[in-house]
Amino acid sequence: MVGIITGFIDELRAAGVPVSMVEAIDGMRAVEVVDIGDRVALRETLRATLIKNLRHERAFDTAFDTYFATVPNVEREASEEPGSSQLPGADRDGSDEQPPFDLEQLLDSLLEALAGMDEAAIRRGARTAVDQLAGMEPGRPVGGTYYLYRTLRRLDLKDLEERLIEALMNDEAMSDLDRRLMREEVEERIERLREEIEDEIRRRLVADRGRDAVARTLRRPLVEDVDLMHATTKDLQEMEAAIGPLTRKLAARLARRRRRREGRLDFRRTMRKSLATGGVPADPQFRHPRPHRPEVWLLCDISGSMATFSRFTLQFTHAMSTHFSKLRSFAFVDTIDEVSDFFGPGVDFGSALRRITTEAEVVWLDGHSDYGNSLESFLNRYGKQLTPRTTVIITGDARNNYRPPRDRVLADIAGAARAVVWLNPEPQAYWDTGDSAMSHYSAHCTSVHEVRTLRQLEQFIEELTLPGSRTLQNL
Amino acid sequence: MNFESPQSVAEALRSVDYLPDDRISQVVFLADRLDKPILVEGPAGVGKTELAKSLARVTGRDLIRLQCYEGLDEAKALYEWNYKKQLLRIQSDVDHDWGEIEQDIFSEDFLLTRPLLEAIRSKEPVVLLIDEIDRVEVETEALLLEILSDFQVSIPELGTITAETQPIVVLTSNNTRELSEALKRRCLFLHIDYPDAAREQEILAARVPGLSEHLAGQVAKVVRSIRSLDLKKAPSVSETIDWARTLLALSIEDVDEAILGDTLHVLLKYQVDIEKAAKELTSTVPS
Repeated sequence: MVGIITGFIDELRAAGVPVSMVEAIDGMRAVEVVDIGDRVALRETLRATLIKNLRHERAFDTAFDTYFATVPNVEREASEEPGSSQLPGADRDGSDEQPPFDLEQLLDSLLEALAGMDEAAIRRGARTAVDQLAGMEPGRPVGGTYYLYRTLRRLDLKDLEERLIEALMNDEAMSDLDRRLMREEVEERIERLREEIEDEIRRRLVADRGRDAVARTLRRPLVEDVDLMHATTKDLQEMEAAIGPLTRKLAARLARRRRRREGRLDFRRTMRKSLATGGVPADPQFRHPRPHRPEVWLLCDISGSMATFSRFTLQFTHAMSTHFSKLRSFAFVDTIDEVSDFFGPGVDFGSALRRITTEAEVVWLDGHSDYGNSLESFLNRYGKQLTPRTTVIITGDARNNYRPPRDRVLADIAGAARAVVWLNPEPQAYWDTGDSAMSHYSAHCTSVHEVRTLRQLEQFIEELTLPGSRTLQNL
Repeated sequence: MNFESPQSVAEALRSVDYLPDDRISQVVFLADRLDKPILVEGPAGVGKTELAKSLARVTGRDLIRLQCYEGLDEAKALYEWNYKKQLLRIQSDVDHDWGEIEQDIFSEDFLLTRPLLEAIRSKEPVVLLIDEIDRVEVETEALLLEILSDFQVSIPELGTITAETQPIVVLTSNNTRELSEALKRRCLFLHIDYPDAAREQEILAARVPGLSEHLAGQVAKVVRSIRSLDLKKAPSVSETIDWARTLLALSIEDVDEAILGDTLHVLLKYQVDIEKAAKELTSTVPS
């Protein structure tokens, strides 16, 4: 068991989850006091001790299901006939004696099991389905998704869903609301079946190829390591949850100033402190100065090449708007328009995004990125409102379609503002290749950062505070 | 050791109308066995604070609560010297030898205990709830580290005070900011999410007496449906309970579109959310 758990921890670390030495030891100690034959108990024990961040749960679940695939689920399988929870493969030896496989019959029994939400029967059905439909070949080096696809193609879950809805709907005349609730209920049950089949396939793969090999094929990057340029909608949804805390942090960092003795004398605290020196007020205390209210202007490239990234930056902007009262946001393709009003309290992100794509005037000529013109029109229209307190953050790949970069304009902007920070979602090695005009611009920026992942964004925010960093504080 | 097994945790919590899922009872069991604090995270209103309160009720212990807020410091969380009393003591005794006075004014008589120290010094075992830990600054978090790992507090003038009895410690966080690694390392991590429809129905049955099973099921399903929408603030469990009570008070037997539309404001607190949910749930006809 110890061997499996260390292997499991290694796998978590390989997937990028930081599991410290102390936590690993805690995990081992904790496992000693639980029933290791009980899958739920084991899973929650390891989860509580090893995983300290919600973002890592998906990686944990994948790794756990692989490493402990053969640990039976005590409570849930108690009702099954003995022997059915034994290792997969064993029950396939007897398949010759079974009656020939009938897909219709399987579907009927699955339908019945789903309608009655009979967990054990669903599990049995999933097992038969994998037996008969996946066509698993021992030793064949394909991932679980291949077998999953083969099973589901024959099973046709969409059709099963329709049939289940029909079966449950027959009872009475239902209102639209009831119909909707019913549909969701059915979707959830079908999802259960899907998970069950996935589980079953994984169990067999593990038995065939070993834990480590299967875990490697299933490994996915953590949310914070997903490349923002190629993130899927699902990734973006998960990122959204992580953005909130990050923007709060950024707000705090930007507001921070060097500590100075400012403000009025705090008489009460001075008196209290004086007790340590026998009543002599040797160490005067001052009231804290009023917190600094930073002004942030965000300029986002929302051209086609930046589609996924700009969705992310706008999401970030949206989250930021709750923390900065003085946040202004601008979107540009080949010219620039202010989009601050589309965000704001009580507006949901989806409708803000729709309004930006339909109402904002960001295209002037042909809809290809033109940083030079965008910056120039920005300076002309809004430049006078820049103050030494304004931090300008520009997000974009600086791919200018070989148009003149007009980097002097950026120098003028930098001169008027507190700082100009550029976040580029491209790997640094690609900067200045092809039509990228990054170095023209970076010369005038206070700092330039490669932000391809959430982790790098976090790093950027972290670095803003480093003592002695010249990024924002000296300006 | 308060609990035999995760199952007995679940039973005990159920007896005070707190319905835990497998994860919650397992983590509580572990915390009890390993003497480790629990860090509970999750959206607002899923019963994080309630868990600590229920644990206190189940174990018959006192609950000591430290509500965190921005600007919380040592003097309000740990201990403070009662300087007024110290001042009086010094002034009333001008002739005395200073060494003696100094000994005297830094003794326990002049110490004001705040929640954390109180939990450590308590003769009876207690449940210590540190609520909304994510509201304090990162620097203040460090105050807690000594307590969380060793159950002790060091006071420079007095020495180290070690816990006489082992408290159950529960920290809650709404995850508005990342907590420090040092803090997380010392805790068991428990993420409580919204319950699934079946468990929510159970919770309703336990918390809203007189609610019919049919209505409880319907309420749970409607709430699940609403939570699946992209909202500014999804309805919490407590809001679900409020809604069920509202329906009960209006003696409604069966939820339909009209009733849902009229009472949505109990579940949702933002006008945009209400409009969105109303549009989605009360007017669309699923194909």
